[in-house]
Amino acid sequence: MSTTTPTATPIAKPRQRVGDRVFSSSALTAGTLILALLALVAGFLVLEGIPGVLAEPSDVSIYEGRYDFASFVVPLIFGTLWSAAIALVLALPLAIAIALFISHFAPRRVAAFLGYVMDLLAAVPSVVFGLWGANVLAPAMQPVFVWLFENLAWIPLFEGPPSGTGRTILTAAVVLAVMILPIITAISREVFLQTPPLYEEAALALGATRWEMIRTVVLPFGRPGIISGAMLGLGRALGETMAVAMVLSASGVITFNLISSVNPSTIAANVALRFPEAYGINVNVLIATGLILFAITLVVNSIARYIVNRRKDFSGAN
Amino acid sequence: MTTTVSAVEANSLTAGRLHRRTPWLILVACIVISAVVVGLIGAALDPEAEYNIVAAVFFGVLAYVLVIGVVSRLIEGSRRSTDRVVTAVVSLAFVVALLPLISLVFTVITMGSGRIDLDFFTLSMRNVLGEGGGAAHAIIGTLLMTGVATLISVPIGLMTSIYLVEYGRGRLAQAITFFVDVMTGIPSIVAGLFAFALFELILGPGTRVGLSGAIALTVLMVPVVVRSSEEMLRLVPNELREASFALGVPKWLTILKVVLPTSIAGITTGIMLSIARVIGETAPLLIAAGFSNNFNWDLTSDRMQSLPVFVYYSYVSQGTDFQPYIDRAWAGALTLIAIVMLLNLVARLVARIFAPKLGR
Repeated sequence: MSTTTPTATPIAKPRQRVGDRVFSSSALTAGTLILALLALVAGFLVLEGIPGVLAEPSDVSIYEGRYDFASFVVPLIFGTLWSAAIALVLALPLAIAIALFISHFAPRRVAAFLGYVMDLLAAVPSVVFGLWGANVLAPAMQPVFVWLFENLAWIPLFEGPPSGTGRTILTAAVVLAVMILPIITAISREVFLQTPPLYEEAALALGATRWEMIRTVVLPFGRPGIISGAMLGLGRALGETMAVAMVLSASGVITFNLISSVNPSTIAANVALRFPEAYGINVNVLIATGLILFAITLVVNSIARYIVNRRKDFSGAN
Repeated sequence: MTTTVSAVEANSLTAGRLHRRTPWLILVACIVISAVVVGLIGAALDPEAEYNIVAAVFFGVLAYVLVIGVVSRLIEGSRRSTDRVVTAVVSLAFVVALLPLISLVFTVITMGSGRIDLDFFTLSMRNVLGEGGGAAHAIIGTLLMTGVATLISVPIGLMTSIYLVEYGRGRLAQAITFFVDVMTGIPSIVAGLFAFALFELILGPGTRVGLSGAIALTVLMVPVVVRSSEEMLRLVPNELREASFALGVPKWLTILKVVLPTSIAGITTGIMLSIARVIGETAPLLIAAGFSNNFNWDLTSDRMQSLPVFVYYSYVSQGTDFQPYIDRAWAGALTLIAIVMLLNLVARLVARIFAPKLGR
């Protein structure tokens, strides 16, 4: 006993225990590791991407006659933004309606289950969406394209000629819309549910109908949530790869025509289609396009996060 | 006649309002009428054609929105009419959103069940042209790569969330929170490009190995684990921590013995959902791990096939006799969906069964 006492006293004395120090420093390390990981991602993409931007155009076989990096990447950027924008336009009204349905229209007991069903939609892998889009949705959309061409060809969006397979940018955008629907719905639903009940009851007590209550109380209150949900959905649509790669038959042009067989490709889909066979400097060119995609999604997501974080009491994202 | 008039006068609260069942009756009537009309027009245009049930329901619902709007406007006035139309449109939006999900699940099950047999789960695609073959090599690859990604992400993600909740103060914690959010938004294909670039620098140009795929998945998985664990740790009431401190328990033991056991159900759920998220990732594995027709148990050498990439390649590189390839693609998709749904279901069950009983 007497031999252990001298060693025991210094352990009892220090302010911080060994276990505490080990635990807190390993937690700190893990946190810093994440920062390092993100820095690595950006660093390696820059490191490998720069040679691609600076490459001699004659060395790059995937340029296919285009004279430099900019003329290669601009149609892809256009396609990425264009398809994501259509997807957002299609998904946003639907998502707001679904969120309202779950939060304010459906009976309480059913609402939780319906929310779960929407979450299931989010869990379906993108490759399955791609398979479904190419085999089921595209043939189903084809007659719609023919109809649009016959009746609405005076609108530049539908000037056709209609694609014979239905695998156009509009079909890809519909698949994207289905994929981003659950994200926007989840976040909007969360803010709608956080509307102060007193405001809602006050509106109803003043004689408002349910829709008037939603229009005057719920929607203004939930606007930041809707915006950030839309931005996060946009970020997902911009980066989505497989669904677009499998559905779209692309040819690297810039066109607003939604229903013809000549469609712009997207950055992500282009990388997925070309990367497995790419060699030499082509790899660097593709990595450079990936870096641009990274930058675009970074900006979109940062704006979304900024809007969410302005309202701290709401933690519905993810 | 006189009785109805007096009834209306007697109850002023229900005066000028539609009966509770009236909208439903209008809905049924609209769908029936539309079904008959669609049937007649369809028969007139093309007697051989199949009955178009989608069109019948579609026009029926459209007619309902119009009729209820007009009827309600006549009886109840414009404000209630708008309310009823919006209710109909919002409910309709929900049904429309369910259509893709139903169509997708239905197609995957009908098309995929054809090739769900013993061969599919025991054979690889080595030397297979046309019929036969299986996805066993892809399933093994998926399990190995997702497993390694989980082994790396869970400790890092969990410790980071502990740092953010229990220790983190000031700039660093803010920066980590912000960048974790940024990481959630990284496009999956960019994660694949990163892993590829990393391994190219270490092991030489064109390296595609399983470990590279696992690293790509880690980049996607870590932020999800951090966010979900963080949310769960924040749910642990401070009274529990304070009670433990008051008994003289050091902080690290408090976290280990009080905070973590309280939130372990939620954390497990979060981890399983994050696995479900990355197990279906195709693009990063396509870039980083490549594709292969052979069994490969070694994460550090040679390309490694995974189930999503198997589905993708079965679809894009069909042989001359394309049907077996399509069948395999759908069977792979069915297996993938089954795995993801199972993970989701088990995750929710874990959350429900092992949830801490706080409010005693």
